[in-house]
Amino acid sequence: MSAEANQNACVVIVGAGHAGGSAAAFLRQYGHEGRIVLIGDEPLLPYQRPPLSKAWLKGEADADSLALKPADWYGENNVFLRLSGVAERINRSAKTVTLASGEAISYDFLILATGARARQLPIPGADLAGVLALRTAADAELLKHALGLGKRLAVIGGGYVGLEAAASARALGAEVVVVERESRVLARVACETLSTFFQDYHRARGVAFELNAGVEAFEGADNHIRGVRLSDGRLLPCDVALVGVGAIPNDELAKDAGLATANGVVVGLDARTDDPAIFAIGDVAHRPLPLYERQFRLESVPNALEQAKQAASAILGRPGPAPEVPWFWSDQYDLKLQIAGLPFEADRQVVRGDVAAAKFAVFHLKGDLLQAVEAVNAPPEFMAGKQLIAKRTPVNAEKLADTSVSMKEVAA
Amino acid sequence: MAKITYIEHDGTEHALDVKPGLTVMEGAVKNNVPGIDADCGGACACATCHVYVDEAWLAKTGDKSAMEESMLDFAENVEPNSRLSCQIKVTDALDGLVVRLPESQH
Repeated sequence: MSAEANQNACVVIVGAGHAGGSAAAFLRQYGHEGRIVLIGDEPLLPYQRPPLSKAWLKGEADADSLALKPADWYGENNVFLRLSGVAERINRSAKTVTLASGEAISYDFLILATGARARQLPIPGADLAGVLALRTAADAELLKHALGLGKRLAVIGGGYVGLEAAASARALGAEVVVVERESRVLARVACETLSTFFQDYHRARGVAFELNAGVEAFEGADNHIRGVRLSDGRLLPCDVALVGVGAIPNDELAKDAGLATANGVVVGLDARTDDPAIFAIGDVAHRPLPLYERQFRLESVPNALEQAKQAASAILGRPGPAPEVPWFWSDQYDLKLQIAGLPFEADRQVVRGDVAAAKFAVFHLKGDLLQAVEAVNAPPEFMAGKQLIAKRTPVNAEKLADTSVSMKEVAA
Repeated sequence: MAKITYIEHDGTEHALDVKPGLTVMEGAVKNNVPGIDADCGGACACATCHVYVDEAWLAKTGDKSAMEESMLDFAENVEPNSRLSCQIKVTDALDGLVVRLPESQH
């Protein structure tokens, strides 16, 4: 099909999260006029997930503010919604997607934006009421109702979701203990300086930590959780447990259809799978990171948006968006953490600023190239770092560490 | 409702009614105005909702926070009337506001 013909092509999007919803919006922005069908297994219109562990938990956001687009936008833009719709099967030769209801929907192009699901702990008691995940608005609603003054929250897994929820729970007056298998929180996603900093910051605000701690079971009464049993035999009493131990890509639909998968659906620079009519975007995609010359799966909103643009551009035959440096953010208490890049093969770290004053950045260098920056309450370090990572030009580590040299000058 | 006019870099105008309480960024995103990406959803973490506030409206849109200032410092094509639209709350007093969008948000 030519790009002109593609303008009228029927695009079916499976997954109505940030990636799927944005793909529909970008298609319309770029002048696509054909039918768009958006299939989502949640009952809700596409919404933003990042606030769920922050503003939403604290009661500072409502359904309207979370929604990507208002309800009438979809009708006005001929985006046909199949909410609470579960896609069960792709028939690549017939170009149809079959829903659990039996309905078969035809496509010219298919965009898989099926996201990832919370990893569960295969231990006794995992099905007790009050053992929660935090992935969807429904999850967040359950957690919100379980929290409040004097409630005891046990967070299993010291990742970003867990730490953000811990900070929000403290703001609501709940008692919080974080149980982490590794010797430090954020072990897989941040450097040791940052881990130590976040642990200290949370401790100073009343959060308790159990590090190097395995979880044996969730124990309950009347089918509701009452405590977390650790591997060393101790019982941590709690009213609610939040399990935040990572996510698993929902790539089964693609795998069953014979598409290449490897911890996600394998795609190229234009988000296309090995079937030219099928794209995969967002958390489910195993995508190229040209800056780092490797394939990787990213879980972030900027990644969802970038790939939504890539797929929409490819379908309409327009040039793709400028390549992005992967980036992430996290808000906890009055801390703004901004991370740019990924520290692949980094061989040294440079700290700039004052860790004790909660205003610093850790730069990760591979030789004299900047691979990543982790910035706490340090927007110039983040912004300049992001630009330096994209440029791939040598960086002067002495200047980087010297706060008397502005980041403007370092990046120049 | 406050009428806000968003003018794309190519001159395309979008005159929209935006509910007070939302931000100028949210008014654009919820109406699918091209050119405001707002990657972070309003956390002042990304500088992808950069706009130029019409001179006549500068005083009414308020002052930049230190955080906004330092994010803008590293955005492209920054002018004295540059703002991050996620940091401008819409009120009735902004009825008639005009903002222009930069060529890109990088």
